[in-house]
Amino acid sequence: MNLQLLAQINSFLAALVLLTSFAMLSQRKINSLVTLFAWQGLFLSINTAVVGFVAAKHHLYISSLLTLSLKVILLPYILHVLVVRLKIRKEMETIVNIPTTMLIGIALVIFSYHLTAPVREMSTLITRSTLAVALATVMIGLLMMITRKHAVTQIIGFLAMENGLFFAATSATYGMPLVVELGVALDVLIAAFIFGIFFFQISTTFDSLSVEQMESLREDN
Amino acid sequence: MILLVFIITPFVAALILAFIGDRRFAPEINIFSSILTFTAGIVLALEVYRHGPVIAGGKFFFVDAFSVYLSVLTAFVSSTTAVFSRRYMQREREHGRVGKVRMRFYHAMFQMFIFAMLLCLLTNNIGVLWIAMELATLSTVLLVSLYRTPNAIEAAWKYFILCGVGIAQALFGTVLLYFAAEKVIGEGGEALLWTNLIEVSGRLEPTILSLAFVFLVVGYGTKVGLVPLHNWLPDAHSEGPTPISAVLSGLLLNIALYALVRCKVLVDGSTHTHYAGNIMMGFGIVSILVASFSILRQKDIKRMFSYSSIEHMGIATFAFGLGGPIATYGALLHMLMHSLTKSSIFFTVGHACQMHRTQEIEKIKGLFKGDAFVGWSLMLGTMAIAGMPPFGIFTSEFLILTAVIKNAPLLTPFILIGLAAAFAGLLRKVQYMVSGDTPSYFNPIQAAHTPVLLHMVLVLVLAFYMPDFLNKWFQTTVELLK
Repeated sequence: MNLQLLAQINSFLAALVLLTSFAMLSQRKINSLVTLFAWQGLFLSINTAVVGFVAAKHHLYISSLLTLSLKVILLPYILHVLVVRLKIRKEMETIVNIPTTMLIGIALVIFSYHLTAPVREMSTLITRSTLAVALATVMIGLLMMITRKHAVTQIIGFLAMENGLFFAATSATYGMPLVVELGVALDVLIAAFIFGIFFFQISTTFDSLSVEQMESLREDN
Repeated sequence: MILLVFIITPFVAALILAFIGDRRFAPEINIFSSILTFTAGIVLALEVYRHGPVIAGGKFFFVDAFSVYLSVLTAFVSSTTAVFSRRYMQREREHGRVGKVRMRFYHAMFQMFIFAMLLCLLTNNIGVLWIAMELATLSTVLLVSLYRTPNAIEAAWKYFILCGVGIAQALFGTVLLYFAAEKVIGEGGEALLWTNLIEVSGRLEPTILSLAFVFLVVGYGTKVGLVPLHNWLPDAHSEGPTPISAVLSGLLLNIALYALVRCKVLVDGSTHTHYAGNIMMGFGIVSILVASFSILRQKDIKRMFSYSSIEHMGIATFAFGLGGPIATYGALLHMLMHSLTKSSIFFTVGHACQMHRTQEIEKIKGLFKGDAFVGWSLMLGTMAIAGMPPFGIFTSEFLILTAVIKNAPLLTPFILIGLAAAFAGLLRKVQYMVSGDTPSYFNPIQAAHTPVLLHMVLVLVLAFYMPDFLNKWFQTTVELLK
């Protein structure tokens, strides 16, 4: 396969990752959010493998497999089990209405392109243009955490940010050293267990997973 | 070899305590392994003192003057905290606030937390530093929610989410750093090693490093508790068990600041400007002002001292940002003094809270009459943390102020106002708590004297006499951060 085509596949996958980010931003149902998160992980995993092939970096295949098993299979499965066990069906209220969040999201994408411009100029990698998308994914994940007042959506936003960071590492430098990638994956895994425990603690203490009830620790009380 | 013992001991202890942490002798194991870690730390420190920086494990570990003093401090404070926590947690168990499983969890995670902090300090790899920092957060999140009260869970959730977001920014910064380093050093793990980075820092691309530093300062700054990224800190430090508050305030903040300063050195080396320093000074001064005025309005004693931690971290961050030999020396000393003083204050606060069964300032009264030792150590500790002579914090704040007056005179009033507000707030509230008659709900308990005394004596002695090895390490670090 020629390099041109692979570069295009890379850009296409980056577009899909960004698309899933926006889809997550507009989605109110938690079940669909989990599915979207799994899709994002899948695109990311394929992209990592493609980049690994282009750059002939074998450790990227390992990261690709790691992403596949962790972010496409394990984490969505854990989230799904939690959603079923905790009987979450209700649609989520958002603080800011969805069209507005989408507009903010677009602004964040433009901002990311602006911010990563010096990196793009310096880089010689074929993946350099996707770094902006990666930063945008991080920012949109952050936006999701801010605008949603539900514990599960906040966690999905958090994990989407993690996806963005992983993507950034792949596109800026063909992946971080393996020891770092493994360590980050381990941290995500531990975090997954912790938020699992948290969901149970929150739902038994507050009777629901809405974060809005957690308002007692403020300065003005 | 000794380095391996140093770092592995807490990890092994965590594994052991995960299974037997609820036994009668578990606190003793906790103490024993902490002291073993501390002893190994001293041996390592002697080696660094005699032969200079140690590189071990195929360049994976790197210990220089900066990290060795913080790691010995970490090991020391965690040992005294383990001693304090023995009786404290026993009483919490008698009061029915924690059960068997949670005791196991508590002990295991305490050791895991020490392991994570030591890994932060001893690793040579900036990426591993990030991982260990995240591990330190994760290991303490569920300790904050140990009591399972609504407030504790809220605090832990905030801690988890905000620090998670913050630290994610730091990872992006690390990716950018790697991107810049890779161009100079070449691909692979070598490009993230501190020892390699510092050698080539002059050749790293300044625009990328400036961008990276913004992300790093937001990321690690969240963990340092810099205003406006501090929201999680008073909650997390006040709702968890007191031994955890002591190590969070006394140690974890230092480690985060350590990470930030390491990154600053690289950015400075690349940009040759005062850019990174200015950012840190800005965050520092805002933290000092906001935190010291927040102290005035606190109703919860642990929250009040958490704000005081933000203030002191602000001072240290500001001083590192200001740069120059005197300010940097002062900042290093300040980190040490704050760590010792604040953890000893949390020990006494823990006693006071258990005696009154509350954390509300208004309900804590008559400590002088109730338990003279606790009353006096709270009073003296507060005087020390407020910066009164003859305690060590006075020395470090004096050094920092001298440098401010010399290099940035226009900022002096802001710092002085901050210090004065904190001083007034802390002393007024504490005076009220120690004086007067003991209330009816007061129940005397057996206080742990040794940890408090040890810390206070050290703070007092170090104000007058600076041991040669500490002085040498500080000088070397000042040289490094120049």
